[in-house]
Amino acid sequence: MSAVPDVGSAVGGGGSIHRGPVARLVGRMGSGVVQVGLVAIALFWLVPSLGLLVASFRPEAENNSSGWWTVFTQPAQLTVKNYENLLQNPAITGSFLNTIYITVPATLLVIVLASLAAYAFAWLEFPGRDWLFILVVGLLVVPVQVALIPVAQLYGALGIFGSRLSVILFHVAFGLPFAVFLLRNFFAGIPRDLLEAARMDGGSEWTIFRKVILPLGLPAIASLGIFQFLWVWNDLLISLVFASSDVAPLTVALQSQMRQFGANIDLLSSGAFLSLIVPLIVFFSFQRYFVQGVMAGSVK
Amino acid sequence: MTAPPETAERPGPPADKKETRGSSGERGRPSTAAAFLLPASIVLLVLMLYPIGFSVVRSLFDASGSSFVGVDNYIRMFTEPETFKAIRNNVIWVVVAPTVVTALGLIFAVLTERVRWSTAFKLVIFMPMAISFLAAGIIFRLVYEQDPGKGVANAIVVGVHDLFATSSQYPDARPREPQALVPVDHGFETRASVRLGGTVSLPLIGFAPGKMPENATDASPVQGSAGAPDRIEGVVWLDFAKGGGGTPGQIDPNEKGMPGVTVQAIQTGTVIDTTKTGGDGRFTFTDLSPGSYTIRLPASNFAQPFDGVTWLGPDLVTPSIIAAYVWMWAGFAMVLIAAGLSAIPRDALEAARVDGGTEWQVFRRVTMPLLSPVLLVVFVTLVINVLKIFDLVYIMAPGSVQPEANVLALQMWLVSFGGGNDLGLGSALGIFLFVLVLPAMLFNIRRFRREGDR
Repeated sequence: MSAVPDVGSAVGGGGSIHRGPVARLVGRMGSGVVQVGLVAIALFWLVPSLGLLVASFRPEAENNSSGWWTVFTQPAQLTVKNYENLLQNPAITGSFLNTIYITVPATLLVIVLASLAAYAFAWLEFPGRDWLFILVVGLLVVPVQVALIPVAQLYGALGIFGSRLSVILFHVAFGLPFAVFLLRNFFAGIPRDLLEAARMDGGSEWTIFRKVILPLGLPAIASLGIFQFLWVWNDLLISLVFASSDVAPLTVALQSQMRQFGANIDLLSSGAFLSLIVPLIVFFSFQRYFVQGVMAGSVK
Repeated sequence: MTAPPETAERPGPPADKKETRGSSGERGRPSTAAAFLLPASIVLLVLMLYPIGFSVVRSLFDASGSSFVGVDNYIRMFTEPETFKAIRNNVIWVVVAPTVVTALGLIFAVLTERVRWSTAFKLVIFMPMAISFLAAGIIFRLVYEQDPGKGVANAIVVGVHDLFATSSQYPDARPREPQALVPVDHGFETRASVRLGGTVSLPLIGFAPGKMPENATDASPVQGSAGAPDRIEGVVWLDFAKGGGGTPGQIDPNEKGMPGVTVQAIQTGTVIDTTKTGGDGRFTFTDLSPGSYTIRLPASNFAQPFDGVTWLGPDLVTPSIIAAYVWMWAGFAMVLIAAGLSAIPRDALEAARVDGGTEWQVFRRVTMPLLSPVLLVVFVTLVINVLKIFDLVYIMAPGSVQPEANVLALQMWLVSFGGGNDLGLGSALGIFLFVLVLPAMLFNIRRFRREGDR
């Protein structure tokens, strides 16, 4: 998609005004009306999240008897009790740690495996390279549903069903096609002179990979890392199938609470907030890389 | 090196084969490439390619895998009502969600083009993309709470509704003397007829004194109007006061009149006159023609207040969940389309304007065609994503409504792992989903090859 060269400014590029192609059309409609409309839309978009945030700071009894918006008139009801309870709940803290234990290795493994393969696809020569890469492009959209049953049986035969490793490996497999695709395209854009210079100095391919490709490919690796991190962190289905209860992540622990929805809003709202605060921090810290990952991943 | 990678683009071939083959030893050796490719290949082979083949075979066997059943599982998919409903819902999802998301993304992208604070706006809209379907599901379960006092969606709907339609003031109120005041059409009517000049006492109970309207004052007894033969007078009051005491059916101190109650005078089944009670609960009919009347308190006084919409009920559950999906993904479409818009060459637009095109014509004839590849990519990506939708439906549909909201990916999980234990049907559903994404797969491959050849 040559039409998306300007990803950085798409979200994170500061407030510069684009004198864009449709700008004048909008101008005719009246900039004031548009601005008011956009403010209304933005507020509308914020209300659901605000509701969760406020509910997580209200006592159980208040959540059961009145709406979260009553805090605007009675701010005294706000409390951190839900979070105190949450952090003293071993099932929640344990599953939060499980999320980290699954997400970090699954992200690192994908980065390592994908950058190796991407280098081969971008700069090494071997028979069938183009066809193999087209296979990778094809695998981008394979739904996990097609692999759940066979892999579950395979894990059973290997005796690792239910383990943390089984969840991590599945995430790695389904993260790989996108990861190879993203990194290969970026690596191929690295100036050839740099590689040739390293070759002249007698560097092996392994040395070139480590000393030239990895440092220069860091922006793409960062994009990939963030995207994979969020994908694994936010997953429910794969852990629901493969993780036994002692290694299950936070999403699974919270999902098991949905059955009593209404009686446990204190736990669910604060737990959901705990689950989404990490992705939000990642999003706000690295939004530029995140947007790049999303854009490059617009096929997954 | 901060230039972002471009989707599906193949930057020129990395090496001129003639020049490099043989001349740079290690790099041309397949064994080197194999070493770099091996780890990823093993994982993909074992956990993606082999499973696809296995699923195809497994889908031709029965639940336990012991006997070959041919395409039975695929036939069951379209004949069993639960699965068929899932397919139907998936069709709704695929038709509605990507269209709405793409349209909203286009509108947002166009509107923010010249707004100074567009970055802030985009961040707000884009933020939900970072969170999980689970968190979004919990967020929207709260939004869609049935009780308008708790769920913000119904709070808004009821608020708007009550602006245009006044709700009844006394839901659940009922007569103190059910023998004297009998139910008629969800309202109440005096059993005995009332003569002109007579008086009526209509004590009600079952309504919390604390909820009485502000203008309610102590009920005052009616004296009767013997000197006025064309009138009927009466009083409607709450025959109950805090602290108890008092005589049933009589107006005791501190018992309040019920203001604003609609009262009808009925003669042989037709409504002759209608009036409303005052602050002390008194009402008077005047200028009645001779005859005997019954007095009715019609249903409108006692109707339950409008309770909002059952968002997650059987009828609306799928549109409601789709709305949550739109909330999550509109930012994705907006960001991609905005990037596409900013890449449109200014010259093309200027030329069209110089030729005298109006802004709308320029948008329709120049901008949209140039933007259409981006719109297509966004749309296809969303279709793939929507086909596989699982978490949001699983989290948001309450247990009793789940069959109504079912989708393929959820049904696949339910029959295979969520209790069904039918791995044959589960495999068939997995393969069916795989077949459904095949057109998107071909689309990607063609796009990739075309752009590589450029």
